[in-house]
Amino acid sequence: MYDFAYQKPSSVADAVKALGAEDAKALAGGQTFIPVLKQRLNKPSVVVDLARLGLAGIKVTGEAVVIGAMTTHGAVAASAEIRRAIPALANLASMIGDEAVRHRGTIGGSLANNDPSACYPSAALALGATITTDRRAIKADDFFQGMFTTALEPGEIITSVSFPVPAKAAYMKFKNPASRYAMVGVFVAKGPAGVRVAITGAGQGGVFRHAAFETALSANWSADALAGIATPADGLNSDIHASAEYRAHLIGVMARRAVAAAG
Amino acid sequence: MNAPFEGIGASVRRKEDLRFISGGGHYTDDINRPGQLHAYFRRSDRPHAKIVSIDTAGAAACPGVVAVYTAADLAAIGGVPCGWQIHSKDGSPMAEPKHPVLAEGKVRHVGDPIAVVVAGTRQQAKDAAEKLDIVLEDLPSVSSVTDAVAPGAPRVHDDVAGNICYDWHIGDKEGVDAAFAKAAKVVSLDLLNNRLIPNAMEPRAAVGDFDPMSGEYTLYTTSQNPHVIRLLMGAFVLQIPEHKLRVVAPDVGGGFGSKIYHYAEEAMVTWAAGKLKRPVKWTAERSESFMSDAHGRDHASTAQMALDAEGKFLALRVSTLANMGGYLSTFAPAVPTYLYATLLAGVYTTPVIYCEVKAVFTNTVPVDAYRGAGRPEATYLLERLVDTICHDTGLDRVAIRRKNFIAPDAFPYQTPVALQYDSGNYIATLDAAMKAADWAGFPARRAAAKARGKLRGIGMSTYLEACGIAPSKLVGQLGARAGLYEVANVRVHPTGSVTVFTGTHSHGQGHETTFAQLVSDQLGIPVSQIDVVHGDTAKIPFGMGTYGSRSLAVGGSAMVKAMDKIIAKGKKIAAHLMEASVDDIEFKDGKFSVTGTDKSRTLGEIALTAYVPHNYPIETLEPGLDETAFYDPMNFTFPGGCHVCEVEVDQDTGITSVVNFVAVDDVGRVINPMIVEGQVQGGVAQGIGQALLENAAYDAEGQLLSGSFMDYTMPRADDLPNITVGTESTLCTHNPLGAKGCGEVGAIGSPPAVINAVIDALKDFGVRHLDMPASPQKLWAIIQSNRPRMAAE
Ligand SMILES: Cc1cc2nc3c(=O)[nH]c(=O)nc-3n(C[C@H](O)[C@H](O)[C@H](O)COP(=O)(O)OP(=O)(O)OC[C@H]3O[C@@H](n4cnc5c(N)ncnc54)[C@H](O)[C@@H]3O)c2cc1C
Repeated sequence: MYDFAYQKPSSVADAVKALGAEDAKALAGGQTFIPVLKQRLNKPSVVVDLARLGLAGIKVTGEAVVIGAMTTHGAVAASAEIRRAIPALANLASMIGDEAVRHRGTIGGSLANNDPSACYPSAALALGATITTDRRAIKADDFFQGMFTTALEPGEIITSVSFPVPAKAAYMKFKNPASRYAMVGVFVAKGPAGVRVAITGAGQGGVFRHAAFETALSANWSADALAGIATPADGLNSDIHASAEYRAHLIGVMARRAVAAAG
Repeated sequence: MNAPFEGIGASVRRKEDLRFISGGGHYTDDINRPGQLHAYFRRSDRPHAKIVSIDTAGAAACPGVVAVYTAADLAAIGGVPCGWQIHSKDGSPMAEPKHPVLAEGKVRHVGDPIAVVVAGTRQQAKDAAEKLDIVLEDLPSVSSVTDAVAPGAPRVHDDVAGNICYDWHIGDKEGVDAAFAKAAKVVSLDLLNNRLIPNAMEPRAAVGDFDPMSGEYTLYTTSQNPHVIRLLMGAFVLQIPEHKLRVVAPDVGGGFGSKIYHYAEEAMVTWAAGKLKRPVKWTAERSESFMSDAHGRDHASTAQMALDAEGKFLALRVSTLANMGGYLSTFAPAVPTYLYATLLAGVYTTPVIYCEVKAVFTNTVPVDAYRGAGRPEATYLLERLVDTICHDTGLDRVAIRRKNFIAPDAFPYQTPVALQYDSGNYIATLDAAMKAADWAGFPARRAAAKARGKLRGIGMSTYLEACGIAPSKLVGQLGARAGLYEVANVRVHPTGSVTVFTGTHSHGQGHETTFAQLVSDQLGIPVSQIDVVHGDTAKIPFGMGTYGSRSLAVGGSAMVKAMDKIIAKGKKIAAHLMEASVDDIEFKDGKFSVTGTDKSRTLGEIALTAYVPHNYPIETLEPGLDETAFYDPMNFTFPGGCHVCEVEVDQDTGITSVVNFVAVDDVGRVINPMIVEGQVQGGVAQGIGQALLENAAYDAEGQLLSGSFMDYTMPRADDLPNITVGTESTLCTHNPLGAKGCGEVGAIGSPPAVINAVIDALKDFGVRHLDMPASPQKLWAIIQSNRPRMAAE
């Protein structure tokens, strides 16, 4: 990596200020950012560590699960409260990377990064989450704006994410055989935001909602309702592990399995 | 108190593991010499390009930079040599284009080193390397063997026509043609053996050091054979005589073949250390490993078997294109010839065989021996062909194998492709494996899986390999530019503890334990009193290193020979001390005794006498108890066996799960059953990796698409089933231990067993063959394209 300055502020306000510097970058769990630095793909002037901002923590009310931005995947996976309120979310977290990655990687980092193969964006979109930052609240619908692109302004810090508790939800992940990120991940939910199906790993533009599946499931919440609805391969990713056609097929398989699992 | 049994056959815990698993290992990257500098290699990101210009000024001006070198600075040194020469059909020697230490005029693969920056720290060297101004002009390029031999293909080396390194053959072409003309049935199969990237846990590293006072160079390196590196680098690249060059290979974290070869980086740091009179260190980053460690496999073949009406094999005809990559790595030419085509009889009595092999240059990383080396390719071809014969003819997979096996009483057995097998019993390993895998119970398991919506398949491979390489005379005839004996020095210290110096090298195999057990068994002293030393040309008389499962069969045999000398000398000393005739002294359980009396002396007492020779037959016997033996075997050894794999395929996703794997191998004498089991399991893990997961993917031009673990699928624990390992041994008849070798059997026997099982699972889909790896995407496509046909039927 290239040399950079390092700061570890102890308030969100100070962190925002530090991130005002040109080419300043926030550091959360470092599971994406540090490999990027090691490959010299990014040359920040200053790295602002968010670890001391008090942004880790889980709060569950009757209506929502609110997760602090610096909460690790491991903490989400292990939370008995989340397992009760939205088991699909805990399951999703438990399938991210490996033990070491889950021990460091955070929900805020995952959402801010909006990797097209990341798991959390599908949960946020399907559950109709609200992403709270140092300056505003952003609906998931408005947050994801194409691969590695979000509604965040330069220097804006995610502080927490609020997931409305759904009646039913499940996440099914087809892992990329090599990286084990989502090659196709499908999050289905029936909740306050209606029936939603969000697909990650497959789309060239990152996470997206599957309108045809949503319509079918709104009429009849069952795996069978999805049978026969083909997903077009246009706009899907193609790489050495999966063609766009194969991904289109897997979207159907994973969606049916997710609906079956959601009950 | 009874001491625990630690001799031959005991599962002694590995002595080395405490240091390996507690962070106490001492690897090349742990070595730091005073005043050390760091090297960083700037490598080609293009598969094939002309080097138009290199401006080093910007890099040289960077902080901490001590030197920047390009090929222009290396005019006085040689290229990286090749250790094996093959002659083509027409008698001409193989094309052996220069493999420069740094690219000269052209780059020929992604990863080809162009320049090196030497600086105070690694970061400084890397920062400066970015400031090198290198202008490359892309040239047409080619990555696959089939494209490279096509008319009009771009030339990798200007003076190598058609990209053909050699066009070699073995066997009886006319005999094979005649047998095919009379055959009742001919079955043909085209198949690929996928390219693999070894991925040892420890990346390659090298530290060069030079002492201007003595003129002695030292190279610390991640090598499987330090003496061979000393010879190749000293004699061919840097012209440093052996007595001025020490090569140390300390703890090495896995090699699988990829650390056999002499690499440019080793020569570079050694040469730079001499130039700069300061130590120079280089450690590969993982992405460098992907594009600079020699890759494995990469064959495209056509195989044809001629059969009689009963399914007896009459003749085998094979034609193979083998990818050499952009340059010849140390042993590359031997792999698709003498380690491959000579194995094509396998465990069968096929009376005539003809195989032709074209070795082909492409714009890819050099390919060389990788766990199994040639033998997995031969085994895969043969065992897939046997199952394809059954597919085409309806013959039973087990019956056809039994019918064609070389019988247990047919040894020694001369094959039509040069090798003479000394021993084996293929029926015994087949029966044991089928029993352990409950082959008979499979139909019920298939039906149960079907009820769950899964496709279940079972497959086997009955295989053989040649290892323990090998007799110098033979390998010399076959083109080796070195001998392949092994060396052991057994030093009994004055108080009776023992240090064994071996020319083999352990990089995970557990030699420190196995060899100690061997010595314990022969000399009757506890394992705790024995240390095994390897990996340093200054300590070990000589050696050819570890590869080809040769360490026990060849290196262990050398140890036995050295111990025989120790015992013979000890008997003379004992006879003197006990005033008896040498002929009346017997040695057993660590004691020399006079037959028929209760008089005896321990090994320790004899050792003390040898070093404090006050009462000693000094007129006829030298003091000391320290013996060296060079052992050059009479033949290869021939492990073999039967692997059975059972899989389940999920038709919705194409995912294959290995649900059971049984390996029953004949590895000859087993010293430590636990270590053998571990070796076989590790090999099977790599074999399952090759069959289902791993693939070094290049695009047609030679860009490496799987250059990191994000894209290259390494097998992980949850990809693997429990692997049941059994042994059914016959002894090697020509080495003193009867040992055959176990390091590669897992990787050799398993891939066809896995693919045969996958194809069996897809039985109802009319699938005849598929190329490795059987990835979910590939299986899904096969299932998709065969479904309509089924529906139409
Ligand atoms: C081996 C491996 C396997 C993985 N597998 C998966 C997987 O299966 N599924 C999956 O979803 N992910 C996977 N990941 C990614 C992992 O989930 C990361 O944790 C995540 O992508 C980034 O989170 P982080 O906390 O590490 O963020 P960092 O890497 O520290 O930061 C990532 C980016 O987000 C920005 N950022 C971080 N926090 C904030 C914030 N609070 N506000 C604003 N910007 C912020 C940073 O500036 C940076 O640009 C894997 C990672 C690895 C290394």
